[in-house]
Parts: sequence; structure tokens; C-alpha cells
Amino acid sequence: MNSSSKTEIRSRLPLETNVFQNRQAKNWREEVIKTVLLFCALISVLTTFAIVFILAQETGVFFKDVSVLDFLFGTQWTPLLEPRSFGVLPLVCGTVLIVVGAGSLALPIGLATAIYLSEYASTRVRSLLKPILEVLAGIPTIVYGYFALTFITPLLKTFFPKIQTFNAASASLVVGIMILPMVASLCDNAFRAVPDSLRQGAYAVGATQYEVTTGVVIPSALSGVMAAFVLALSRAIGETMAVTLAAGATAKLTMDPFVSIQTMTAYIVQVSLGDTPAGTIAYQTIFAVSALLFIITLCMNIISHRLLHRFREVYE
Amino acid sequence: MISQNLTHRHRVAILFHGFCFMVSWTGVVILGILLFHVTGEGLHWLDLQFLNDFPSRFPEKAGIKSALFGTVWLISLTALISIPLGVGAAIYLEEYAPKNAFTRFIDLNISNLAGVPSIVYGMLGLVIFVRWFNFDRSVLAGSMTMSLLILPIIIIASRESLRGVPNTIRQAAFALGATRWQTIYSHVLPASLPGILTGFILALSRSIGETAPLIMIGALTYVAFVPEGPMDEFAALPIQIFNWASRPQQEFHELAAAGILVLLIVLLLMNSVAVFIRHRLEKKNQ
Repeated sequence: MNSSSKTEIRSRLPLETNVFQNRQAKNWREEVIKTVLLFCALISVLTTFAIVFILAQETGVFFKDVSVLDFLFGTQWTPLLEPRSFGVLPLVCGTVLIVVGAGSLALPIGLATAIYLSEYASTRVRSLLKPILEVLAGIPTIVYGYFALTFITPLLKTFFPKIQTFNAASASLVVGIMILPMVASLCDNAFRAVPDSLRQGAYAVGATQYEVTTGVVIPSALSGVMAAFVLALSRAIGETMAVTLAAGATAKLTMDPFVSIQTMTAYIVQVSLGDTPAGTIAYQTIFAVSALLFIITLCMNIISHRLLHRFREVYE
Repeated sequence: MISQNLTHRHRVAILFHGFCFMVSWTGVVILGILLFHVTGEGLHWLDLQFLNDFPSRFPEKAGIKSALFGTVWLISLTALISIPLGVGAAIYLEEYAPKNAFTRFIDLNISNLAGVPSIVYGMLGLVIFVRWFNFDRSVLAGSMTMSLLILPIIIIASRESLRGVPNTIRQAAFALGATRWQTIYSHVLPASLPGILTGFILALSRSIGETAPLIMIGALTYVAFVPEGPMDEFAALPIQIFNWASRPQQEFHELAAAGILVLLIVLLLMNSVAVFIRHRLEKKNQ
């Protein structure tokens, strides 16, 4: 029998059996596909667990030799030199210095940009400004690091001749520039989510545009704006390359922005570029510092998420 | 509470408008200065010899061939790994997942992962891919780390795009007897493709510029060969730029600027491709 006659016989079978078999095969295939897709989604959960597990395990090894209190509250950070000391506060202080500098530049400017974009700008200006901000947000951090080192630092030197080549001021300015587009676009989203009826109500009782913006729009969007601020600052804490290039490698407990400092992230890079042998206590420090970094940014992200959730509940 | 003096109130309103207008151009001005500065420093180093030579101790002989090839390898592998996983996860969460506590947990988890600093992903890659899987400092280890890093971005963008497909399309397909997967494959996915592709290219451009995770897993800065397989060691553009920028000599700073120009051109090309694809597909769908 050739194949064409086989098909003929099959087609003469009662219709139901054919459809039924087909459906069973289909159901089976559907289940397989669903399981594969579920597995894809589970990878993200696995990633989180892996991060937590690895950091906890390796940090556990570190804390066998160094007490947690010495690590968290010690004021000397010299893990690579004798006499070794493992107080993380100088690194935290360097990070705080960068974040404060970056925040005081990016938060007000980002907020004002967002106000202009959502409340004042015409559609044309908006469609010009928004893409430019997106380009600014898409520039790799290594480029910002280069910019800080070869442009901002020399510029600062002409105003403050005493400034060191590697300094916190230049790094924090450039980190501020980096997070500026993020602040602007998240705040812009928050402002645009405020219903127009609120604005029109305020205009109807005779408020000027300034009064509407500062008295109605900003208070209504406050939790959205706060969420944007927290998220941007958390990004600044995790920033690595710009601070590695521009802020230096001297862990120091200082609030002077004109001297060389070191952040948590820059320290991790310094160790992994150096020749510290893996497995030693000095090498293990990078896991402890990463764990601290992870916990801080995770807390900030959760706070930001909560704030945004509250904001959405009100308006969406 | 509000001042009675109307002229004063109007003056404040105008001043505030002017202030916001001026400030909102800060980003544009900075972008201009940055591009001008980098071009001024690096343009005269940018020639065929620069693209065709390996790194060298002598600035006039140095080039970015190994870094460029390393980056191409890295990005291609990253794309291969991350696109199926990311889109798959997005399809599951949008089209299949029941609305329960577990789905909400995955959701929260993804948005938290998007905020984890890239250097922490580097630590993850170092321990899992380099040590446990024994991939060493290979392109494969690098691109797997990168994939984990950009997965949240791809998932979030793809989900948004899938959500934008009107429900009537799904219902029409179901009504004709299509199974869920047939519906997704033949109708939902094509309709959401422009958004998915755009998000994907944006995620890839992020991974091109990422430096910290590659330093963690030990990408090299001084490579005089081109990787020939996924298990080879590699250099990458941002690492090479970092290496040059962290040297004290002015010539190397200019080389770094030239490297940055190449990086920015690659990014620009990728983004134009994204815009082009989105434009084409949107036209076709209409």
C-alpha cells in the first residue's frame, strides 16, 4: 500500500477519533510548553536565591575570623596590609559621601526637569527632551568615569587648586549626572499620573500655574517622587566604574570631598583586579562588602517599591 | 495663605516657569559637553590601524581588535541565552500564570533583581560560572553573567509589550478552537514583537557598556588574540577603555577616548536598528 491510500483510509475513519487523538497530542504539547515557560520564569527566583546563598556562605567564612561588630563598627579598613583591620565604616563613609554629593545635584535638577516636562513643556519640546535624556541614561558608566577623570577633575582644579587628582567631589558630580535622567523620567511618570481634574480644580479657584504645581501636583505625587528619589540613590550606591576611576582607592573616614576616598564598590574592583590569592581572609572581604552592599540596596529598593505601590493605589 | 498681591503671584509663576525651563536643559548641555570632549580627545586616534591592532605598551601601536571581537562574541552569546529565557518568562507571567501569591512573589522578585547593583551579579558569576561550573574566564562565563544581569530588563519590557496586545485577539483565536500556545505563537507574539525587540536591544546595549561584572569574573585587559570559541578567554571594549583610562599617561587617556567613540558608535547603531525595526513592524501590523 502506498502512502496516499493510507491517508485515504485514515480520512474514512470516524471524525471523532481523529480529533480526539489530535487533541491528546495537543494537550500533551501544551503542558510541555507551559512547563518550559514556567522554568524560564523560575530562573529569576533561582538567581535571587543564588545571590543570597553565595553571599551568605562566603560571608559566613569571613565572619569566622572577624567579628560582625568589628566589621560593622570598626573605623580602620586595611585588609590588604599589615596590621590588618576590618572596620568597614571608611568604605561606607566614602559611599555616603558620593551618594550625598550625587543626590544634591541630581534630585533638585531631576525634579525641576520633570516638572518642566510634565507641566510646562509643549509636545514638541517634550519629544525633543525626552529622547535626549534617554540617550544620557544609556551612556555606559565607564564613559562617565572617563569624563570625571579627564574633564570634571581638571575643571575643579582651576577653581580649587588644592584638590587631589582622585577625589570624591568629581566622582559624586558624575554619579549625579548619571542618575539625573532616572530621577527626571520617574518623577515625570509620577506627575503625569496625577489626574488633570485636580489641576483644573485648582485653576478654577484662581491658582497660578506655580501654585498648582507646588500646591497640588507635587503633594499629590509625593510618594511617587519619593520612590524615584530612593531608587536613584540606591543606583548611586551600587555605581562602580565611575567611582573606581575618579574617586581613588584610599579608604578614609572623612567628609572632605576634595581628597581621595574609596567606596564599597571600588574596593571590590580593586581586590579583584589585584593579586590577592582567592580563599585568604583578605580576599574573603569582598564577599562581606558585597553582602552589605546587597542588603543596603535591597532595603532601598523595597522601600521604593512600597512607596510606588501606595502612589498607584491612590491614582490607578 | 495665598498672598493677596496678584502681581507678585504672577511674577513668582513666571520666574518658576523660567527656572524649570533653564534647569531642564542641564542634561542636554552636559551630553553636548561630554560628546564634544570625548570627540576632541579621541578622534585623531580613530583610524583603521586602531581597529585592526591588538593592545600594546606603545600608544601609537595600540588598537582594540581583541576588545572589539571579545565584545561581539560576548553580545552574541548573551543574546542567544537571554532572549529565549526572558521572553519565555514574560509569556509565562503574562499569559499562563494564575493570580496567586507565588506569581506575586516572582513579580516582586524580578523588580528587585532589576535594582541589584551590577557588581553583585559579577560576584554571582564569579562563584557559579567561573568556579562551580568551571567555565574559567571564558566568554561563556561572561555572557551567562551578563544574561542574568539583563534578564529582568528583558522580562519587564516584554511583559509590557504583551500586555499591550488587545484581549479580543486572544478571544478570537480561542473561539476558533486554538489552544493557548497556538494563540500566543500565531497572534499574541507577532503583535507584541516590536515592543519585545525594542526592549531586547535596549537591554543588550546596557550589557555592552557594563564593566564591573566582567572585571569580577576576570575578563582580561591585555589580550593579543581573538576568541575562537565560547570557552576562550576574552577582552571587551569597556574593560579596555577602563585599562587605558586608569593609566597616568595622556596618550592612553586619548586612546580611551577613541575606544569610547567606538563604543558609542556601536550603541548608536544598535539603537537605530531598534528604532528602524519598531517602525517597520508597526507599519506592517497596521
